[in-house]
Amino acid sequence: MTETKSIWVFIEHTDDRIADVSLELTGKARELADQLGYEVVGLLCGRDVEALAQHVIHCGADRVLLADHEELSLYRTLPYARVAISEAQRRKPEIFLVGGTPNGRDFAPRVASALRCGLTADCTDLQVGDYHVRKEDRTYKDLLYQIRPAFGGNLIATIVNPNTRPQMATVREGVMRKPAPDATRTGIVEKIVPGFEPGDFALEVLSRRVRKSSVKLKDATVIVAGGAGVDGADEFALLRDLANLLGGEVGASRAAVDAGLIDRAHQVGQTGTTVRPRLYIAAGISGAIQHRAGMDQSSKIIAINTDPAAPMFQIAHYRIVGDVAEVLPMIIKSLRERSIDQREAE
Amino acid sequence: MTHTRPIHSVVLVKQVPDTHNITGEVMTKDGTVNRGALPAIFNPEDLNALEMALQIRGRQGGSVTVMTMGPPSAANILRESLYRGADRVVLLTDRKFAGADTLATSYVLQLAVQKLGRFDLVLCGRQAIDGDTAQVGPQTAEKLGIPQITYVESVIEVTSTQITAERALDSGSEIVRCALPCLLTVVGSANTPRPASVRRQMERKLAAAPGEYRAIRAAWPEFDTDEALEAFLSKHDLKIPVWTAADIGAADGSIGLAGSPTQVHKINFVVLESTESKTVPPTPEGIAAMVAELVHEYIVG
Repeated sequence: MTETKSIWVFIEHTDDRIADVSLELTGKARELADQLGYEVVGLLCGRDVEALAQHVIHCGADRVLLADHEELSLYRTLPYARVAISEAQRRKPEIFLVGGTPNGRDFAPRVASALRCGLTADCTDLQVGDYHVRKEDRTYKDLLYQIRPAFGGNLIATIVNPNTRPQMATVREGVMRKPAPDATRTGIVEKIVPGFEPGDFALEVLSRRVRKSSVKLKDATVIVAGGAGVDGADEFALLRDLANLLGGEVGASRAAVDAGLIDRAHQVGQTGTTVRPRLYIAAGISGAIQHRAGMDQSSKIIAINTDPAAPMFQIAHYRIVGDVAEVLPMIIKSLRERSIDQREAE
Repeated sequence: MTHTRPIHSVVLVKQVPDTHNITGEVMTKDGTVNRGALPAIFNPEDLNALEMALQIRGRQGGSVTVMTMGPPSAANILRESLYRGADRVVLLTDRKFAGADTLATSYVLQLAVQKLGRFDLVLCGRQAIDGDTAQVGPQTAEKLGIPQITYVESVIEVTSTQITAERALDSGSEIVRCALPCLLTVVGSANTPRPASVRRQMERKLAAAPGEYRAIRAAWPEFDTDEALEAFLSKHDLKIPVWTAADIGAADGSIGLAGSPTQVHKINFVVLESTESKTVPPTPEGIAAMVAELVHEYIVG
């Protein structure tokens, strides 16, 4: 076996479709691997999933470790972790990246505990750099900088694992760009045979219900989001009108979700979806750090709030101090008038 | 009717700074956190885990033991647990535990759970609001060598050998059946935690850990020594046991900072970016000008 150092990516998938975050990580791993001279390895567990392996290679992997087994047909912690743990013990990857999805965050700590390695949750950025420990008078070269919000998002921490391998991290969905697949890329698909133990089957999935979400926050180019400053369902309907007019989606802060104004699937922020639309309209959202962490990468931000001291105003490009119920209709009216003008001009 | 039996649960809880209610007063001008201004609270989802354990005990009997690793002041959330109905609490506290990351924490929790002896279920909140890692539960399960069910929304049934539960996932949900003993991490939407019972609060408000004796004796001068106070508390089942690293047989190299593979390289404070920004008057003219600008920049239209 060659001694090439490697970066692993856990490839999550459902219904023959690879999770976006796994591809985003494959792209990021490619970047880091090129910088370090490492190999990118996708770990793909499942049943009849060989077809997905080529897509992982097209997105940047050099090699896919394919565990194709009937016990792996649906994600379950123990069988999946068994494959990862035994392969990682044998091949000793330098870095192991996992998507910050519910199952990714179920899988990664189980694997990290067994490998006794460090794991950083929910990173928003990954970089490579050196780490100097003054006490040991020693510099660790080329460590993975695992960058994540901490303390409720009020701090950004850079975490390193100098002494244990692999350096493991889960990464939030949507914070890294999905690479464009390159069909000319080639790589190795290496089949592996899982060595299960009886205890690995302690859990059985009896049924699985997939909620077909019509909410496409992540890919929306315009998001009109409401918070505690939106008073009731009637006012919230204005958000929908404006979002429809702009071809966008409706988002919400936790306050609006908790108030029952809208389903949790619309929540933007640290515990919701991370978005980076072209335009984010924050209507009656004060801008708690947890919310800002999920939308502060938006290209343009319009903040509407009656409180001139609302933190959202500090990151907004357009500050409108006023009542949502008055301002939104003005925006809607102005947009409608423009489209009429346009039609008349044509 | 499936065969049920009493279920013995261990609930792992954490005292956390209330990061969800960070206000302007807590954040200082240079973007640092004034920790003193943040109240310490019972981690919200750990309350859901406790509630789940209490409901299982309510249905089929058994016991609920609550454990926390933390500073001596974490005894507060153990008293809270007693008021809500926990049978027994244990405080894991030792200077040597300080600086633990999730791996070192899970090692301590593993040893503490094992020291308790027999258990059927270990429950904890999905994640703590100060770190949001969701790692300690699965890591503790791995160290205990038991399976895990994360993101538990509801427990459907616990038989003498198995538990059936529903997991809440982003994309939907799944129902799983798992052999006992196992570990559950519980989501906030699982239930509404019961409030503290006034009766239990009256009965247990004096419950105290040894680290708190001095403060209690200041208020209750009739106990002239710690021993006298301890004798009183023990007699009334009000002593909160404290387990140290030595009590659980923890290896020094595996706990606290020394046992934590992750290290903090640096911390950056979040200072709000000052963007190029405009104040738009809330008038039809002001709004129209803004919309015109957005159209001009191809942001909309």
